[in-house]
Amino acid sequence: MIVAQRKNIPELLSIVERHRKVLLLGCGTCVTVCLAGGQREVSIIASALRMAAKLKDRALEVEELTIERQCDNVFLEQAAEAIKKTDAVLSLGCGAGVQALAERFTGKPVYAGLDTAFIGILEERGVWAEKCTACGQCVLHQYGGICPITRCAKHMLNGPCSGSREDRCEVNPDRPCAWQLIYKRLKEIGQLDRLKEIKPPKNWRPSLSGGLRTIVREDHRV
Amino acid sequence: MKPEVFEPKIVAFCCHYCAYASADLAGSMRIQYPPNVRIIRTPCTGRLETEYFMKAFENGADGVLVAGCLEGGCHFVEGNLCARRRVNYTRDLLAEISLEKERLRMVNISAAMARPLADTITDMVETVRKLGPNPIKQKNLTKLESCT
Repeated sequence: MIVAQRKNIPELLSIVERHRKVLLLGCGTCVTVCLAGGQREVSIIASALRMAAKLKDRALEVEELTIERQCDNVFLEQAAEAIKKTDAVLSLGCGAGVQALAERFTGKPVYAGLDTAFIGILEERGVWAEKCTACGQCVLHQYGGICPITRCAKHMLNGPCSGSREDRCEVNPDRPCAWQLIYKRLKEIGQLDRLKEIKPPKNWRPSLSGGLRTIVREDHRV
Repeated sequence: MKPEVFEPKIVAFCCHYCAYASADLAGSMRIQYPPNVRIIRTPCTGRLETEYFMKAFENGADGVLVAGCLEGGCHFVEGNLCARRRVNYTRDLLAEISLEKERLRMVNISAAMARPLADTITDMVETVRKLGPNPIKQKNLTKLESCT
């Protein structure tokens, strides 16, 4: 899922300083699961914004709504009525959700209320960790399902770097060495021979370095 | 004329298994505590969410007290520990919006601690009395609108 975290309240207040009536719009998908922009967070942040505005003697109305998904035009219609009644939208969706809203509701200012961080998973209660950088050409099959690009601080395809200590990464000792994990995993599944292959430099063109990415599926077009 | 003393309104979320029972015991023991608290019984403080505290302040509570079981003594094992983390998170959020975080407090009280409960409530009321009324309820939006 896409993992995000909320901006702080003073920053949110300054983002909407030009407006008097704002719709705080949550998203029921990834950001609900990572506890950043679901219905509950909409309620908490709306209360905080209303109180912070009052304490600064600012007239600010904050309406609340959470829709199923912000990154899909079909679901955006659920918010059309509410958006019409407000001056601006403060989205608690990921960056894709914010931009989908801005493209659909062209005459309305749309702002991001979250900092979209990464594609990751819940590692333990309250801890999310990055697992995928969306590099565009997946190599997980070669590394026992552990991504060296995302999880190795040096993005090494032919590791390890020899800097790890006690199976910890030398760049960030709080994190395990990805190459230690890859070795253990490949040993477990009996594929250690994969490490003998020298991997050529990765093609980065399918990643964001190659510019904006789009995928076209002719079989699904109308 | 005697100046009017500010009487704070405190919302007290009390766990059914401990603090609520200790308030009951305080009654049986004829122990007095200030009438400023509005006790809300909850099945466990772990049931409480950040928005409960935020809504209480937004609706004009001068202070919020969360009273759960002693650490290690929660009926649901660790509900009170979850509550403490949520209270701490909310206190930081209150600081972000420039509202004194001392207005929100969590305490651990067992069902037998009637006197400590009464003392805690008295202390909380005095703390909030010193802080003054919740500034949120004092702001008059219509007055603001006529100024802008």
